[in-house]
Amino acid sequence: MDETRKRSHTYGDDELPPPIERIPVLRWLKENLFSSWFNAILTVVFTVFIVVLLLGLGKWALGARWEVIPANLKLLLVGTYPLEDIWRIWTTLYLISFLVGSAGGSRGGLMRQISMTIAIVSVVLAILPFGLMTRGWILGMGASTGIGFLLGHFGKRFRRYKHIEIGLWVLSLPVTIMLVNGISGLLPVVEGRNSWGLMLNIIGAIVGIALSFPIGILLALGRRSELPAIRLICTAYIEIIRGVPLITLLFMASIMLQLLLPSNVRPDLLIRAMMTITAFEAAYMAENVRGGLQAIPKGQYEAANAVGLNKLLTTTLIIMPQALRLVIPAIVGQFISLFMDTTLFGFIAILELLHISRSIMGNVQWRGTIFELYVFIGVVFWLACYSMSYISRRIEKSLGVGER
Amino acid sequence: MAKKVASSHSIPFWRDIRVLRVIAQVVFLALIAAGIWWLFNNLQYNLQASGLKIGFRFLKNTAGFPISEGLHYSPTDVNGYAFFVGIVNTLKVSAIGIVIATLLGVIIGISRLSSNWLVKKIAGVYVEVIRNIPLLVQLFFWYFAVMLTALPLVKNSIHLPGAIYLTRRGVYMPWAIPTDSFGTWAWYILGGLIVGAGVYMFRRTQLKRAERPGFPIIWAGTVFILILAAGWFITPGNPLKLTIPVLNKFNFTGGLSLSTSFTALLLGLSVYTAAFIAEIVRAGIQAISKGQTEAASAVGLSKVQILRLVILPQALRVIIPPLASQYLNLTKNSSLAILIGYYDLMNVGTTIFNQTGRAVEMILLIMASYLTMSLLTSLAMNYYNKRMKLVER
Repeated sequence: MDETRKRSHTYGDDELPPPIERIPVLRWLKENLFSSWFNAILTVVFTVFIVVLLLGLGKWALGARWEVIPANLKLLLVGTYPLEDIWRIWTTLYLISFLVGSAGGSRGGLMRQISMTIAIVSVVLAILPFGLMTRGWILGMGASTGIGFLLGHFGKRFRRYKHIEIGLWVLSLPVTIMLVNGISGLLPVVEGRNSWGLMLNIIGAIVGIALSFPIGILLALGRRSELPAIRLICTAYIEIIRGVPLITLLFMASIMLQLLLPSNVRPDLLIRAMMTITAFEAAYMAENVRGGLQAIPKGQYEAANAVGLNKLLTTTLIIMPQALRLVIPAIVGQFISLFMDTTLFGFIAILELLHISRSIMGNVQWRGTIFELYVFIGVVFWLACYSMSYISRRIEKSLGVGER
Repeated sequence: MAKKVASSHSIPFWRDIRVLRVIAQVVFLALIAAGIWWLFNNLQYNLQASGLKIGFRFLKNTAGFPISEGLHYSPTDVNGYAFFVGIVNTLKVSAIGIVIATLLGVIIGISRLSSNWLVKKIAGVYVEVIRNIPLLVQLFFWYFAVMLTALPLVKNSIHLPGAIYLTRRGVYMPWAIPTDSFGTWAWYILGGLIVGAGVYMFRRTQLKRAERPGFPIIWAGTVFILILAAGWFITPGNPLKLTIPVLNKFNFTGGLSLSTSFTALLLGLSVYTAAFIAEIVRAGIQAISKGQTEAASAVGLSKVQILRLVILPQALRVIIPPLASQYLNLTKNSSLAILIGYYDLMNVGTTIFNQTGRAVEMILLIMASYLTMSLLTSLAMNYYNKRMKLVER
């Protein structure tokens, strides 16, 4: 599902945004809603439409059985994850919010806003009527963000601090997975990995994007290679993967992968799903990276050549850093669509948020709450995706993409 | 590239770039081939263990499962035909979905540029809401919540004007069905198409010679419709008959019935893709600078001429390539049909796999079908881009 995200115009150094004019209400109404007969009719028709729609929605929302959400919240968010191990998920969230807070403290800008948002949201959530335990856990998240922020704020004067931060970010993915899943010998492995609700959507998207990133870069370089054999193979891979729907690949992973591997290698279903989305996303990632590579002017290659850099050094030191910087917004867009695509996991009996909700709908106690559940799921996805695309637009602005 | 040293014979072969390039490619290909050979070996071993052999002969075996959608089919037909029915169903839902999504998308895209604040905002909210909710969630909503829960039972169906009935069993609407004399009339359709194409060609060369803009399609269309109308009156008996759905004891009979899963899939795909098409249309129109319109009106073109000769040709060049990829996306997304029970090619393919256990063959067939659609689309796009390039300065 390709995204064509909109690019907002940004103002350069020598350019000022137009002055904001104060317009009286009546003139604003006339100019924007009743400028012509046709517009006036449109306004009236759509006002009636909106009012009817909102009234209907409001009436439904007031009478809806919303108690289905809090009663099943744990199931929707983490599925069958055992309650006595839930501290592991909280610890993971603390680690990540600590890292975000630290980045916000040491770098400022967008990361600072994100860490502020986490702190505020955790305080607001703690006001909601959860159990006392849960409230404590939630508040802890705000606290760990705050601690991270202070540490980052005072730590940034040390030269190595930012490097350590990046190292911690890289480490956070394997540590997270070990914590949540458990690792033999250290932490007991949690069973029932195929029904973890929303957590599976998040883990699937993060793992998919992180693993497809290096493969995608290699594929993009391969597709632009001067060697015809490498170019051909990489192009064929990218085009074949992009030409088929994800669901066919998932089908393949669920029934054919074990035929292609030796009989003693039987990867777990979830691992197979991860492998599939990695292989799938790598092709799209390659196209994104290739877009960035194509945007680098030829002069950069020539200049690097002129100062005596070989091909490897030119690529790693000159071209890639610039190209990757250009494609960050596109990668965020890809992450969003990948996050949405993880709902397809249900097809191979991995119960993520959308499919675990079907078990609640099948429950006699919650019969007739189908609209409430789908509205909740829609809102969860919408909030996540819309805020990420907002962040992506902010990154675009702060990177100055489209201005150079 | 650095200039090569002229006396190449002095370079040892392991530092000769030409030799190194060949070696690199050979090593790369050897690695790929080894990987494929390893996978193939495993496959053969595993298949042998389960006693299966790769081959497509099973397509000629009786399918034995029902398909309640599309072409005439019975469980006694062969697997190959069942798969073909699935392909036709995929094409059917995609084609209708593309038409609806385009109409909806163009309207919303233009609305986003409306001078009416309210219309602009509504279109904006539509795009932002629809694009940020996964398609599968929307499909499940349409299918499980709207079609199967919110709609009434057959006996209290919602009656829309024009004899359209919405029920939990599907949507019923009037439809024209061919009668015995349709076969005769079909020849007029064919003849009309041929004559229409001839008129189109003739008109186009005429206009080109006169160096005048115009719409040859209008002439061709008029001729086509005239021939159809003539055929309609000449043919004895009406070639098409209108049937209206009527409520019987248990269900509706007559008219066209759309199954719940088809309706849900069509709605979901159209509504979702329309949001993306709206953004493409908006970007395409915005890509044409205002100066173009002003310059065109300065040389005395009328409003219609400006739109036809200046804005549209340029906007379409921006719009059509991403639009084609959205059409392809819609077709690929129609594979989600399997999760709401519509018999598209993916669904029929997996059913055949469940019946026969032929994993490799069915995956190859399914992938080949989708790849063919992708390939045809990208070929058409390449042709279009090539034609458009000639216009470029």
